[in-house]
Amino acid sequence: MNNTLIIGQYVPGNSLVHKLDPRTKITLIFFFVFIVFLANNVVSYSILALFALASMVTSRVPIRFIMKGLTPVWFLIVFTFILHIIVTKEGTVWLEIYSFQIYSGGVFQGIAISLRFFLLILITSLLTLTTTPIEITDAIEDMLHPLKKVKFPVHELALMMSISLRFIPTLMQETEKISKAQASRGVDFRTGSIKDRAKAVVPLLIPLFVSAFKRAEELAMAMEARGYKGGEGRTKLRELKINARDIAVYLLFIAVIAGLLLTRGY
Amino acid sequence: MDITFNNVSYIYQENSPFAHKAIEDLNFHIPSGSFVAVIGHTGSGKSTLIQHLNGLAMPSRGEVTIGDFHLKAKEKPKNMRELRSKVGVVFQYPEHQLFEETVVKDIAFGPENFGVEKAVIEERIRDIIPAVGLSEDILERSPFDLSGGQMRRVAIAGVMAVQPEVLVLDEPTAGLDPRGQKEILQMFYELHKRQGLTTILVTHSMEDALKYADHVLIMNKGKKYMEGNPVEVFTQKDALHKVQLDVPESVAFLSKFEKRFKYSLPFKGQTVDEMAEDIRRVVQGGRIDE
Ligand SMILES: Nc1ncnc2c1ncn2[C@@H]1O[C@H](COP(=O)(O)OP(=O)(O)O)[C@@H](O)[C@H]1O
Ligand SMILES: [Mg+2]
Repeated sequence: MNNTLIIGQYVPGNSLVHKLDPRTKITLIFFFVFIVFLANNVVSYSILALFALASMVTSRVPIRFIMKGLTPVWFLIVFTFILHIIVTKEGTVWLEIYSFQIYSGGVFQGIAISLRFFLLILITSLLTLTTTPIEITDAIEDMLHPLKKVKFPVHELALMMSISLRFIPTLMQETEKISKAQASRGVDFRTGSIKDRAKAVVPLLIPLFVSAFKRAEELAMAMEARGYKGGEGRTKLRELKINARDIAVYLLFIAVIAGLLLTRGY
Repeated sequence: MDITFNNVSYIYQENSPFAHKAIEDLNFHIPSGSFVAVIGHTGSGKSTLIQHLNGLAMPSRGEVTIGDFHLKAKEKPKNMRELRSKVGVVFQYPEHQLFEETVVKDIAFGPENFGVEKAVIEERIRDIIPAVGLSEDILERSPFDLSGGQMRRVAIAGVMAVQPEVLVLDEPTAGLDPRGQKEILQMFYELHKRQGLTTILVTHSMEDALKYADHVLIMNKGKKYMEGNPVEVFTQKDALHKVQLDVPESVAFLSKFEKRFKYSLPFKGQTVDEMAEDIRRVVQGGRIDE
């Protein structure tokens, strides 16, 4: 059905960004978080913005989706901007409203910090928009692999993650079905006092838990019946593979870092 | 209650790239007291259709009228609760909606929500328990300790205890053993007759539709594909095959009979016994329309 909608915010596609190895994407984002702080003048910020913009365009994710992902943080971005304008008292006074002065430094600082924030969120949301949760889990399992040496249960953790992700849509469908059934029996989830509404949740939660436990038991049985006994010696259906395009993107990224180092003011 | 669909379309996730038209330009009328079978391939929009009958889904376009209730896009009727008390819906796998500690509490849950008095509820439960084929001694048990078939019956009892005027059944016998299927459908049919209900049955079984319905609605890809009385609809083999539906066994039998014996016995909705009688007459050289 339309699982794509329900699993996080993944937008299916066939772009270069979609096809990149998820490990590449995670690694790049990890470093992007650091290099964002390298930028400190117009040119270096432009390089960062250009990189983010280019990733966005190549991903061919409709702009609406990206904006939707940003809605919860707009407030934070605007708030940061205003805070800087009020607090920073550097540079020349640009504007004076009664006894309150707005300094050029405040405006620059405000723009710079908000832009940083904006770029970070843009790039990270691009990861979840172009990578299925299963790919992300696979990548994390692979990247955490060295931790196995210290007996960290990497495989089990990844399995738990993928099973949870796999059953999110199922649970959502079930929630919808059961709430419709109970609504038909006269439960009103929308109106009434807080207490009434809390009570209305019981006929929804109990069937959900019952079926979740039942499903977990069935799943465990099915896995054992098919010979599952932990991660030892298990092969993978989806092998992660670093391709030429990943190398190319790494090189591009290194070029961006070099560009930043060269153009930033010290 | 009369039910009318007037140019109804329903779109899931409208205004998003995942928008999906589940029902398109649907028009039909169901007079009060009919038994209607809704048939169609999986995904043809049957479940979406029936959710319009008690306002779980509001039409994206067009209008649904149920008795005095009007459902239009973005126009929720104020008396939704009353509508839901008059239209009972038995969903697919209704046992998933059980949640109370005891069977009796679960059956009483619906009527309580609709403000039926305690004494009246008790009386209704006493009536409904044998009608759905359960025995009184399970009333105090937990619904989760029952067998699948018993759970299904408890859930059905919970819907029937509201005493709706319109009964909507979404594949109510899916996943039951053949005998249970027969018993439950027979039970619905008797309730339909006895209480003068308007019944809408979603089913995959042509045989059941033929046996119980007086009106058949065939859905295909969200649109009405065919509509009419069962005999009329079920004799159109080619049209049904086109949408991956089969004719009922008795119709299939008659067309095989014709091929084999070069003798055409018309189908007019006869039962297996009546059909055997027809054949006996033919074999003995008589005419069937005597
Ligand atoms: N909650 C939903 N969200 C999005 N699409 C849905 C939802 N429920 C059903 N659909 C889609 O609507 C169409 C009709 O579904 P449904 O009414 O359940 O068909 P049926 O009951 O005939 O199998 C299907 O293509 C289905 O994928
Ligand atoms: Mg259905």
